[in-house]
Amino acid sequence: MPTVHDWINNPLAVVDGLFAQSNSSPDWEKKVVEYFKEKLKLNDAHTWVPSLNDVPLYYLKPNSLVKFRCMVQDMFDPEFFMGVYETNDLTSNSKVKCGKYKDITVGGQVDFNSRNTVTSERQTFYCVPIPGESQWAKEISFICQARVVPSTSYVPNRHKRSYEEDDEMDTQPQHSAESHGNTEPKRQETEAPSHDSSSAHCTSSLDLNFPLPGEKGPACLVKVYEDWDGFKLNDMLEVFGILSVDPALSVIADEREASSLLDPTEVTETVEEQRVHSPPPSLVPRLHMLYAQPLVHNNPLLPSSAPENNVHESSLATYTDVLGELASVRAELHTYLTHVLMGDSLAAEYLILHLISNVYSRRDVLPLGKFTLNLSGCPHSSPYTEHLYKVIQQLVPSSYRLCMSLHNMNNQRMVPRKDYTANRLVSGTLQLANNTSLFLDETQLEQGQLDATGVRNITALGNLISWQKVDYDFNYHQMEFPCNINVLITSEGRSLLPSDSQVNLRPTLNPPNLEEYLSAVQVAQVPSQFNKYRIYLSGARALNYTISDEITKAVEEDFVEMRKDDPQSMSAEDLHRLLVVARLLSLSHGQNTLSRDGWMKAKQLEALRISRTQQQKSLSGNEP
Amino acid sequence: MTSTASEDPLSPPSQRSRAHDTSTELQPMPTSPAMDTAAQDVSLFSSPMAPRSGTSEVDASSPLMYGTPSSRVEGTPRSGIRGTPARQRADLGSVRKAPQVDMHSEPVSESCCHSEQGAGQRLVIWGTDVNVGTCKEKFQRFLQQFTAPNSREEENAGLDLNEPLYMQKLDEISVVGEPVLNVNCSHIQTFDADLYRQLICYPQEVIPTFDMAVNELFFDRLPDSVLEHQIQVRPYSALKTRNMRALNPEDIDQLITISGMVIRTSQLIPEMQEAFFRCQVCVFNTRVEVDRGRIAEPAVCRNCNTTHSMALVHNRSAFSDKQMIKLQESPEDMPAGQTPHTTVVYAHNDLVDKVQPGDRINITGIYRAAPMRLNPRQSQVKSVYKTHIDVIHFRKTDEKRLHGLDEDGEQKLFTKERVAMLKELAAKPDVYERLSSALAPSIYEHEDIKKGILLQLFGGTRKDFTQTGRGNFRAEINILLCGDPGTSKSQLLQYVYNLVPRGQYTSGKGSSAVGLTAYVMKDPETRQLVLQTGALVLSDNGICCIDEFDKMSDNTRSVLHEVMEQQTLSIAKAGIICQLNARTSVLAAANPVESQWNPKKTTIENIQLPHTLLSRFDLIFLMLDPQDEAYDRRLAHHLVALYYQSEEQIEEEHLDMAVLKDYIAFARTSVHPRLSEEASQALIEAYVDMRKIGSGRGMVSAYPRQLESLIRLAEAHAKVRFSSKVESIDVEEAKRLHREALKQSATDPRTGFVDISILTTGMSATARKRKEEVAQALKKLIQSKGKTPAMKYQQLFDDLRGQSEAAITKDMFDEALRALADEDYLTVTGKTVRLL
Repeated sequence: MPTVHDWINNPLAVVDGLFAQSNSSPDWEKKVVEYFKEKLKLNDAHTWVPSLNDVPLYYLKPNSLVKFRCMVQDMFDPEFFMGVYETNDLTSNSKVKCGKYKDITVGGQVDFNSRNTVTSERQTFYCVPIPGESQWAKEISFICQARVVPSTSYVPNRHKRSYEEDDEMDTQPQHSAESHGNTEPKRQETEAPSHDSSSAHCTSSLDLNFPLPGEKGPACLVKVYEDWDGFKLNDMLEVFGILSVDPALSVIADEREASSLLDPTEVTETVEEQRVHSPPPSLVPRLHMLYAQPLVHNNPLLPSSAPENNVHESSLATYTDVLGELASVRAELHTYLTHVLMGDSLAAEYLILHLISNVYSRRDVLPLGKFTLNLSGCPHSSPYTEHLYKVIQQLVPSSYRLCMSLHNMNNQRMVPRKDYTANRLVSGTLQLANNTSLFLDETQLEQGQLDATGVRNITALGNLISWQKVDYDFNYHQMEFPCNINVLITSEGRSLLPSDSQVNLRPTLNPPNLEEYLSAVQVAQVPSQFNKYRIYLSGARALNYTISDEITKAVEEDFVEMRKDDPQSMSAEDLHRLLVVARLLSLSHGQNTLSRDGWMKAKQLEALRISRTQQQKSLSGNEP
Repeated sequence: MTSTASEDPLSPPSQRSRAHDTSTELQPMPTSPAMDTAAQDVSLFSSPMAPRSGTSEVDASSPLMYGTPSSRVEGTPRSGIRGTPARQRADLGSVRKAPQVDMHSEPVSESCCHSEQGAGQRLVIWGTDVNVGTCKEKFQRFLQQFTAPNSREEENAGLDLNEPLYMQKLDEISVVGEPVLNVNCSHIQTFDADLYRQLICYPQEVIPTFDMAVNELFFDRLPDSVLEHQIQVRPYSALKTRNMRALNPEDIDQLITISGMVIRTSQLIPEMQEAFFRCQVCVFNTRVEVDRGRIAEPAVCRNCNTTHSMALVHNRSAFSDKQMIKLQESPEDMPAGQTPHTTVVYAHNDLVDKVQPGDRINITGIYRAAPMRLNPRQSQVKSVYKTHIDVIHFRKTDEKRLHGLDEDGEQKLFTKERVAMLKELAAKPDVYERLSSALAPSIYEHEDIKKGILLQLFGGTRKDFTQTGRGNFRAEINILLCGDPGTSKSQLLQYVYNLVPRGQYTSGKGSSAVGLTAYVMKDPETRQLVLQTGALVLSDNGICCIDEFDKMSDNTRSVLHEVMEQQTLSIAKAGIICQLNARTSVLAAANPVESQWNPKKTTIENIQLPHTLLSRFDLIFLMLDPQDEAYDRRLAHHLVALYYQSEEQIEEEHLDMAVLKDYIAFARTSVHPRLSEEASQALIEAYVDMRKIGSGRGMVSAYPRQLESLIRLAEAHAKVRFSSKVESIDVEEAKRLHREALKQSATDPRTGFVDISILTTGMSATARKRKEEVAQALKKLIQSKGKTPAMKYQQLFDDLRGQSEAAITKDMFDEALRALADEDYLTVTGKTVRLL
């Protein structure tokens, strides 16, 4: 076994070996990448690689191969480095060495004037763990991981605590100081939710710049050597790379202050900038990327799109199972959600549609396929929304609950902003990876004054919902970043934010103790059942979908017919929505083309929903 | 003076021979006049450096001192340059990463001097193929001969383009006294490609040679000129202007030009150029040049041989100004989904404080890379280089906008093929339809609205009558869209905002007057007052999209009055009084006050906007649901197709959007149509016709503002065709579109006629007439009641309703009462009406 793991434990030896063989022909670089790609392809090889997400940094061997599941939060400037350099040691034997995948030169004096020096270019990404990743997603990938990591001395003993909510990651001592709440619903109870945003700025000596308040985990500076133009901000990646934690890297900052002021490299960076761009590697390790797998989704139960990267076999089996018995899984999920929504089966139907929605394309400015749902009529007093969020968190791989309290709206930084002093993009809550579920809790909003920040935040939320984009603030100009975020709004009345569809919650059950009832509903579900739901939701979202000419005709006819009866009831907007509903409904049944039947069902569903909204309106006349 | 230049293409023989002398005497230290001092200096500071040369790589600078060669001309015997002090070129002289060469040692001089001709014609600077003599000669020839008859650069305004350009600039220098010669690299390229290549590849060596050449030439021609220091050559526009992203390791130490936006500037950094040492024992003075930020302190006094006796005298050392500038790539250059890159730039001497954060600039400079040390006491180094650019030339790209002309700069963006492609497209007869259908393809139909917006994107021709005291005429077209909610107005606005480079998008709900105009802010650090510009100023030369126009507060809307007609913005705040340009087109969208558009009401009544503002819109469109079967069918088809179109089709459309963008940009910058005789006639007729329509019914149906609108629209349409003349077809289309818009927005719902006064006075002529009639009827009614001093309000209302044939609403009744009150016939107090 040890030989097999050499490329994991000491990948630099492999790199140096290939470099030595190459006789300075430039294609050795490709060979290195190929070598590791091949190695990782071998059956389960990639699961042997320890993951930075789960294993604490100090258990990992420096300069070993690690993987990191992350989101690109910021992109720094490209840097030039010594791709090949020559050193003279004391015996004055000069040696040509390879500087790729390393931060610091090794051995002897570097001869800057050597003819062998090759200057190369690489790009640095600042990566953070996927924001709002659900506990279950972390656990599952961690369990797969832990079974097969003999290479570290780390004994994974903590996954026993798995679903307990108050799982504090005490393995990261540097964070324990900032004990602000985390994304889990627990933070509701601990303190006023807005507490996070304010403390995130001031407490920690080094702000790791996570998009969501209270996030934990390692941030990482990923050095990219090839095709960095292919990566985009907020991309989800699984990076395989060489870990570099040389403590010498952080020395730089201290030495700077002492050294001569005339050093021309001196003034290029402010203290803030240094802190951000060369943080101590014990906090922010460097990762030299060998290979990166873009993640279409971060559901560990599903195979990621690329065939070479398989999930571990048992979950794959469940995946095919679920697709086989899709109809029954859907029915079960529907029943479950109906229970959660206190017996409202229509709302449960729409919730399923919402959960599998996805921006699949954009036509000029118009995002297609988004389906923002507004669940109105949520009880205000009870912590119902909180429980609802817990349920959703159990189903989707990443999510975030944003309490729209006045304080939060006025104080939270939602839109990422460029900080020119530190030269970085200061993250905000709306910097989320694709397919994150954003749960906006409008029941928390009270009357009061919104200040300038509040108005900006509301506008940003509105833009996010309507156009699926966030305008990042670059001080001198704004830059538009398209996103793909599922927004669910819970409110008492109609939401003040726009939405694609509004469903008025109509509970048929009225449990005396809501909390007990909901936890009973949840306990009734077996964990394996949850996994099926998760696979179902992620799977249905990824299905392809077409519409035949024949159905197109039928839809046209139908539209004309409907307009004939009552032009007011059916506008272009309504047709837009109907088409999306029809699409999602078909997908939720595992059909990848629209059938006449599907269209009719979609229409019925919409009619039901609209009639309910109108009833609601007539019931409480003062509602807008 | 020009005769000398044209007669004598070569430099004067005497000078030439001197140049050759220089080269024969070796040295890439190509100063013939200063040879003595130079030689002395070299030995002076090279001696203390000698022991270090083997050990340290960071100090591995060449003793060649690539700084301005003529920097040591103190007391030169040359007539012209005498008395003119040289100035250190810190922009060239800083970090040099070249391998160390000791010029006095044998092997190097062998390697660099291929003395085939003996005379040293082939002598080149080490590591380059630059021969100082030839290079100087070539450059002098370039200066003396180069003409640029087709130059359109602003800097060359006022120069005779058929005479040698740079000789005129030299004359200018002697007059103005600013010893800087800006040289366009593309000129050098057309003149001598080889010289250009050398300049790009070895700027550090070539530019000093240029300096030398130009100074010789200058003082030969104008020996009596007095300059502050010697002339410095500043080349600009090296290669094509490049994107910051395109920089790679191959560009190190080369001359590059990149564009970007200044995001931060540092304070001024005094950088020591030359250290002055004095021996404490024998008062012997010596100077040491600072090399890469390090001073090689002489350990031994050369005069009295005392060790460690030399002390630095600060106030006799030479310093130069330096400033660190952070440049960020411009948003237009960036691929989608990535964050902008930044680069560090150093400005030296008089370039310090030339730019401010927020400026868009093109800079030309030398790209540098220096290794970073982990720790001065360790041998390990971080394997990363620090890169920066030593700037030689700044050029602000947005400065010209102040003068309203941006012909250069932007036109360069298009390759010849692209221009040819655009022209081919323009030649097609249906280009207008093509472009308008390419606009927002996801929005169905509304052809006329799209056409209107298309014309808005092109804009009219800017006319300036300030000299005759009539001010600027607005060239921008303003459009208002009103209609039912959910008729994709916002989508159209979003599309336009994404299409135009300088677009701004605001919502009437969220924006305040301050956010639209400008506000004064106190910088927390410097306590300086800073003017922050709002959306309208930011979209100068672009389009400002305002959604939910009706939700805007009156206060906010009032600032639009000035912007939409005068195209300026006046600010008087916190002691700052100024007028900013806001030459922006406004594209606004408004919803009806009632949730649905009421076809029985006029536009003004529906959207409740002041008519003073409405009349400033050239075109007002209604976006209504047409409600007919054929339309519905097409709409449904369009929407279904929208949702399930294949990838390729989407790809195709994206291409269209890029073409559309380029087409508009090209037309805006290079086509400036003027009215032809025939078109003017057509316009006059159209105007007269418009006025006639109304006069038949006793109302005015057109005002001069409408004529101006017509002109702008016609001009914009000519621009669409890339035509430099406005012809009658342009006028036809302008008329048609204008009429269409009027038909939609200014139709009197009571009579069905188009009535412009709805938009200009807020009330249709029939409505006004009706109001008078009601007032008269009321007066009659009151008179018929005889002498009753007071009446019940409600009773009077009921009486009037009973008497009148037409239905009389309470509003109408109130209005009539008010009219009579204005006549001082009666007063209304609470529920009683009193006669006066």
